Amino acid sequence: MTTTTVDVPKSTLSRIIAAGTHQRVLAFASLIILLIGFSIASPNFMQTSNMLAILQATSVNGVLAIAVTLVIITGGIDLSVGTMMTFCAVITGVVLTYAGMPMIFGIIAAVLTGAICGACSGTFVAKMAIPPFIATLGMMLILKGLSLVISGTRPIYFNDTPGFSEISRGSLIGEVMPALPIPNGVLILFIVAAVAAYILNRTVLGRYCFALGSNEESVRLSGVNTDRWKIAIYALAGAIVGIAGLLIASRLNSAQPALGLGYELEAIAAVVIGGTSLSGGRGTILGSLIGALIMAVLTNGLRVMSVAQEWQTVVTGAIIILAVYADMMRRKKSS
Amino acid sequence: MTHLVEMKGIEKRFPGVHALKAVQFDLKPGEVHALMGENGAGKSTLMKIMSGIYARDGGEMFVDGNPVSPDSPRAAQDLGIGIIHQELSLMNDLTAAQNVLIGREPRRSFGRLDEAALNAKTAEIFASLNLSMDPRTQVSTQTIARQQLIEIAKALSYNPRVLIMDEPTAALNDTEISELFKVIAKLRADGVGIVYISHRMDEIKRIADRVTILRDGAYIDTVGAAETPLATIIQLMVGREVTQSAPVIPDTSQNPVALEVRHLSRGKEVRDVSFDLRKGEILGFAGLMGAGRTEVARIIFGADPRDSGEILVDGKPVNIRTPHAAVEAGIGYLSEDRKHFGLAVDMTVRANIAMACMAQFTSRAGVLNETAMKDIADKYIGQLGIRTPSDVQQVRLLSGGNQQKVVIAKWLLRDCDVLIFDEPTRGIDVGAKSEIYALLEDLAAQGRAIIVISSELPEVMRLGHRIAVMCEGRLTAILPGGADVTQEQIMEYATQRDTASRFSEEVL
Repeated sequence: MTTTTVDVPKSTLSRIIAAGTHQRVLAFASLIILLIGFSIASPNFMQTSNMLAILQATSVNGVLAIAVTLVIITGGIDLSVGTMMTFCAVITGVVLTYAGMPMIFGIIAAVLTGAICGACSGTFVAKMAIPPFIATLGMMLILKGLSLVISGTRPIYFNDTPGFSEISRGSLIGEVMPALPIPNGVLILFIVAAVAAYILNRTVLGRYCFALGSNEESVRLSGVNTDRWKIAIYALAGAIVGIAGLLIASRLNSAQPALGLGYELEAIAAVVIGGTSLSGGRGTILGSLIGALIMAVLTNGLRVMSVAQEWQTVVTGAIIILAVYADMMRRKKSS
Repeated sequence: MTHLVEMKGIEKRFPGVHALKAVQFDLKPGEVHALMGENGAGKSTLMKIMSGIYARDGGEMFVDGNPVSPDSPRAAQDLGIGIIHQELSLMNDLTAAQNVLIGREPRRSFGRLDEAALNAKTAEIFASLNLSMDPRTQVSTQTIARQQLIEIAKALSYNPRVLIMDEPTAALNDTEISELFKVIAKLRADGVGIVYISHRMDEIKRIADRVTILRDGAYIDTVGAAETPLATIIQLMVGREVTQSAPVIPDTSQNPVALEVRHLSRGKEVRDVSFDLRKGEILGFAGLMGAGRTEVARIIFGADPRDSGEILVDGKPVNIRTPHAAVEAGIGYLSEDRKHFGLAVDMTVRANIAMACMAQFTSRAGVLNETAMKDIADKYIGQLGIRTPSDVQQVRLLSGGNQQKVVIAKWLLRDCDVLIFDEPTRGIDVGAKSEIYALLEDLAAQGRAIIVISSELPEVMRLGHRIAVMCEGRLTAILPGGADVTQEQIMEYATQRDTASRFSEEVL
């Protein structure tokens, strides 16, 4: 059997490094280059307060990007995360401000609402066989409309719930280490990322994310209840979107029903820059996190350099195309 | 002796096809029961019904004498029925172990995976197969043959009582096949019933106890493997006496060279392939799955880029980088996947035939001349004998053979001098096959240069004036066609790997 290549057993560590290296190194290197470039261009950039501002700006988009990553790895897409985030915030407003319940119920409501919305999307995709693009496009509009209906198109403020704004703006770390006042929003982002990465790489749910994206028919033929797992994955993504809803409501100290559209595209952009394949089967949470950071650094850096906001948008678009092109080139070479 | 599985009067219809007509089949414990028939005879459909992938439209199925209707792969697995699919159905982004135990991952609390147990369990299964592979190997890095072995390991991991093997050896070399047969012998000793589908006659004699033959969706006969001569089995499969006489091969050695390929290479898939093709000649391409035949065709056609090598048409070097350039140079490619790449199945016969030369039917203002298109379509419908109610019939409503003729008409209209046919009779029933063969021979007789890529050796041998054999991206031999060549010879070159082939290349 001359074809048999000798299998050299590799250590788990080296395999983990090898698995995602190319994908992420590129994004990570770009991030470092951006950071260095902006610090040279402007002395104001590399200051603790500015760094914290970047992290704070990343938190909402980062959490959304993590949610979308899960769905994209299954070979799907979720266009509804932006308006779903708003919907979760509005429901929290209903629970806390309209009903006057304690804060913990508002938090539970946000996460639960997200999970239910996600499960709905998942059901449309799995049971009714509607393409994810269409199913979540529909959800996007439904949730946008519902947010406006429930709130009567007016923002819901959280002035009656003291401490709600602390969810995002406060700093638990800052209380322990005053020199490093990392906002809670950022802390939550990293916790969500760590948990999502664990789920993705160490649990059955995560395994089926990759398996579905890799070859769904084959998973089905192996006797796996693919519908159920797909719904579960969309629901998990929804629950994470609920957390993003809490973060943004807390940051604005209000649920803004008109907000939300456009966030889904920024989240997808972050995922793509982070090297997750839109055709499914491959992707990492760390990559999406770096992608979200790149977008925030870019926006912030260009602002610090006094580049007009309009141009920031143009640059972001160009970066997305470049990132995907670089990834395609790399893949072509390796295959 | 009770039957492990018994199927009676099984019916299955697909739109436009009566795929199974009152088919019966049974399997005893510890036997290897071969299921034979030509492509499209209904073997795979019958097995998909047995394994819960398709629902039957009629008939009965029993396991251990109890009536059952497995309605999902899982339900069939619960009945102890496992299947190894013809097409590889692995998840390329996952590791070998993750593939083998998909759906049954060893878990810890809260849905956490026990990766160590997963790998250990898979290593055990690999060991029983005498397969040396790290369970943590990513599937996409493995050769087709080794992926096939992973697939087999996966099926065995269910501890099936009934194991269906649909062409398990299509991509394996002799050593690997012997290993597989050892595994089959072991399973059979354990009382597992095995349904074996293969096109390789010699294998049937080696391992099968009984043979059931299907033809055009109908049950023909069940015979003992040992006492029935192969010729009889083939006759039952084809439905007529098969004459072994090879076709008359015209002498094309004086014809001008239409296509010249020099040192074509692309990654590992195509390695230094060179050949000539003369006008009026049919060059058959044989090889196992993944040998690189389709890849060569796609490079010539400009569908994939090449790393190095050159292509000459009529003696002049051409720079083909896109399919458009290939068509301009007079090269047509008829993909193995007609529905995907060859036809717009929801459009009419007329529209499909005219598709590749729209300019010919378009006025200066950009308006289509339907009358001219109809005339041309009618001409080809008559000339190629396309069976369709009219030229405005949707192509998807035609049978496979007639669909293939529409594709051929499309390329004839384009006036291509070099035509590459990739699996021209895949999914086409027996009668239509010989029509396609006659058509290809006609085209050659008219002076067109033709390449036929086929996984069915009899087809390559029936058609090829010369036969090019590929293995692992290399051209291992160009054999003379006709009566001089045997299946064994071709298989030898098709499985000639690495060191051995380097030697023969020197000889060539």
